Amino acid sequence: MAAIFQGVGAAATLSSSPSNSFVPKKFLTSPRRSFCVRKVPSSVVVRSDGSVNFDLNSKSRRAQQLVANAVATKADSSAASSSSNPGHELLLFEALREGLEEEMERDPCVCVMGEDVGHYGGSYKVTKDLAKKFGDLRVLDTPIAENSFTGMGIGAAMTGLRPVVEGMNMGFLLLAFNQISNNCGMLHYTSGGQFTIPIVIRGPGGVGRQLGAEHSQRLESYFQSIPGIQMVACSTPYNAKGLMKAAIRSENPVILFEHVLLYNLKERIPDEDYICNLEEAEMVRPGEHVTILTYSRMRYHVMQAAKTLVNKGYDPEVIDIRSLKPFDLYTIGNSVKKTHRVVIVEECMRTGGIGASLTAAITENFNDYLDAPIMCLSSQDVPTPYAGTLEEWTVVQPAQIVTAVEQLCQ
Amino acid sequence: MPTLLSAWFNSHQPNLHPPSFYSLSLFRSSHPPPSPNPTLAMALSRFASSSRSGSLLKPLSSAISLRRPISTDTTPITLETSVPFTAHQCEAPSRTVQTSANELLTFFRDMALMRRMEIAADSLYKAKLIRGFCHLYDGQEAVAVGMEAALTKKDCIITAYRDHCTFMARGGTLLEVFAELMGRQAGCSRGKGGSMHFYKKDSNFYGGHGIVGAQVPLGCGLAFAQKYSKDEAVTFALYGDGAANQGQLFEALNISALWDLPAILVCENNHYGMGTAEWRAAKSPAYYKRGDYSPGLKVDGMDVLAVKQACTFAKEHALKNGPIILEMDTYRYHGHSMSDPGSTYRTRDEITGVRQERDPIERIRKLILSHDLATEKELKDIEKEVRKEVDDAIAQAKENPVPESSELFTNVYAKGLGVESFGADRKEVRATLP
Repeated sequence: MAAIFQGVGAAATLSSSPSNSFVPKKFLTSPRRSFCVRKVPSSVVVRSDGSVNFDLNSKSRRAQQLVANAVATKADSSAASSSSNPGHELLLFEALREGLEEEMERDPCVCVMGEDVGHYGGSYKVTKDLAKKFGDLRVLDTPIAENSFTGMGIGAAMTGLRPVVEGMNMGFLLLAFNQISNNCGMLHYTSGGQFTIPIVIRGPGGVGRQLGAEHSQRLESYFQSIPGIQMVACSTPYNAKGLMKAAIRSENPVILFEHVLLYNLKERIPDEDYICNLEEAEMVRPGEHVTILTYSRMRYHVMQAAKTLVNKGYDPEVIDIRSLKPFDLYTIGNSVKKTHRVVIVEECMRTGGIGASLTAAITENFNDYLDAPIMCLSSQDVPTPYAGTLEEWTVVQPAQIVTAVEQLCQ
Repeated sequence: MPTLLSAWFNSHQPNLHPPSFYSLSLFRSSHPPPSPNPTLAMALSRFASSSRSGSLLKPLSSAISLRRPISTDTTPITLETSVPFTAHQCEAPSRTVQTSANELLTFFRDMALMRRMEIAADSLYKAKLIRGFCHLYDGQEAVAVGMEAALTKKDCIITAYRDHCTFMARGGTLLEVFAELMGRQAGCSRGKGGSMHFYKKDSNFYGGHGIVGAQVPLGCGLAFAQKYSKDEAVTFALYGDGAANQGQLFEALNISALWDLPAILVCENNHYGMGTAEWRAAKSPAYYKRGDYSPGLKVDGMDVLAVKQACTFAKEHALKNGPIILEMDTYRYHGHSMSDPGSTYRTRDEITGVRQERDPIERIRKLILSHDLATEKELKDIEKEVRKEVDDAIAQAKENPVPESSELFTNVYAKGLGVESFGADRKEVRATLP
């Protein structure tokens, strides 16, 4: 586990700022609105169960390897897949950057707005060097004014641009809640379909390493009832890049939740252009006894617990739900129908979190298939304390997951 | 506490219209004039040259010739705005404006239409055909009409919830307005938006927003998109004196000024933020100066020609130099919304005073009559025509059906990535790249 996380080191190892000779009004090739059209489809999609719709054999092999190796630690997976499909290895923040860069090249309407995304390179290096490549008009450094620059992103999206708005920390987007809720989510509906808002709002959230209460917020629980938005949470470099690209190409407003502690995960990802379906959950480890639903950082706690559970003789099915709004009830439903037991492991707080909604959704739809009540393991309903030991007890730990599964499977 | 009217008078030097224009009507007999009589012409012209104001000359000469039909004449007429502009950090535009008979009559018609529409909406609301919130714009028509005259459809306008007339000015139809207000299918937002959510994408009218002040960052975003795509167009983001105290305005202005966006922030100062007078809400009621580093202009918002002049000036300025603030000094006769009588925080005398002294439609009527561009009867005919149009539209809107129940779920999401979701019964998961 320690090998995977390098703490919040991402913030600590930032590159030095570029030299101070920037041209304020540097425009690249003028992005005419008429060019903001989509190109002919050219890529493939990997389904969560490993098979593909388009016949590229290497792709399906690659997908199979991903699924099979998901249980192991990251080091194993990268070694095993190097034989067949070359791909390239990178860290999660680099995968996000790659996705963003590819989309910015492909579509001149894509622009990035956020604090310190331009010259500084992004506080988590997700936008590093993009300003040098695309210019100040496409990678925009904003002042510290979340409410207004999120609003400006939404206004620009109304005209057809595709801005990617970065919140330096998801918690800061609470200041932009009005814009996200009323304007971003609802404009498509209240205008009778006249305007679409193809905006992506992304940023790191979640409990980090002793960052304090205000910088450890899980905003997915606050945003989940806004009608009209989609929410996705990435957890691996593969799905980070795929979800980033899908989110940018989507006509709906998408909020992409990243996690502060996952930025330095390393994985081998394909060289080809690919996206991940925004509404789809990922089957991490198929199993028979119990369905464990999770997302973002908790996926890794669950996988660690899964190792212990396997040693104890259980066969958990682990699904990374990825799509927080709307839930992929199809994949989840199939799993529930198979195992009849559900454990939800999430980082949101117990009250009003994603787990609470998911519990309700599963109970409503699959009550007949459940042998036992759903167990929802969430963070405690407290502000995240600074002290390390206390912070550890705020979030769900692998040992608790093991206990919960054992209890459920009696 | 100063009354509104006295405050206005104290701050401006009103330029009253040339007096005795009514006496001109004596020259316009109801009988067709006899063939031109040179002696009479000389006598009249002598009278004209001896009069104080040169503007009397034109109407007199036209009185001699055969009367023109209602004028679609586009020969320029030069007029002065009622009050000079007050500027902050920029050179005020000149008070002299060029207009034409055609334009003045169009202004009259458009404003009369808007006025009639708002009054009709008032009755519909009281008849419970319009529900919820209904914010009426009567009294402020000059801002919408003057602004539209200065812009093209490539320029964007975004405003708050008092949007019925701005929507009309941008090319909306009466049917769309009334159907939307009554929640019918033919409404501009398919009945799903309501009074506060009028939008017209093809004429770049971006609404229609209920949350005070939230439209200003959106407006700056529109300006950003215009600059990004090199449209050579500007965005007018309208807000009220109440919204002028929102922080997001200053945030958006800061970003717009930093990035040189062609954004024009227009404060429609009707002196009341719902029930709170501006002197109780704003420490500094000089809204045009609040931009600090951004230039500003204070305009008499009841004078459509002044509004047009200011907007033309602002558009030129914004395209070259970045954001500018316009403060339109205007007034609303109705209360904040239909549930507000509008008389608990201001006196009826004040309202009637403004109606008598500053009403935008009356001003244009007087201009038209004094320049002999149409008769009173013709103007009354226009008003009757407009009234009929409004009544017809209301009748048509009443016939219109309410939205289907399936409309509840349409337009929540745009279709994206070709994925179909059918809840738990989805049989197939597929995503094709666009």
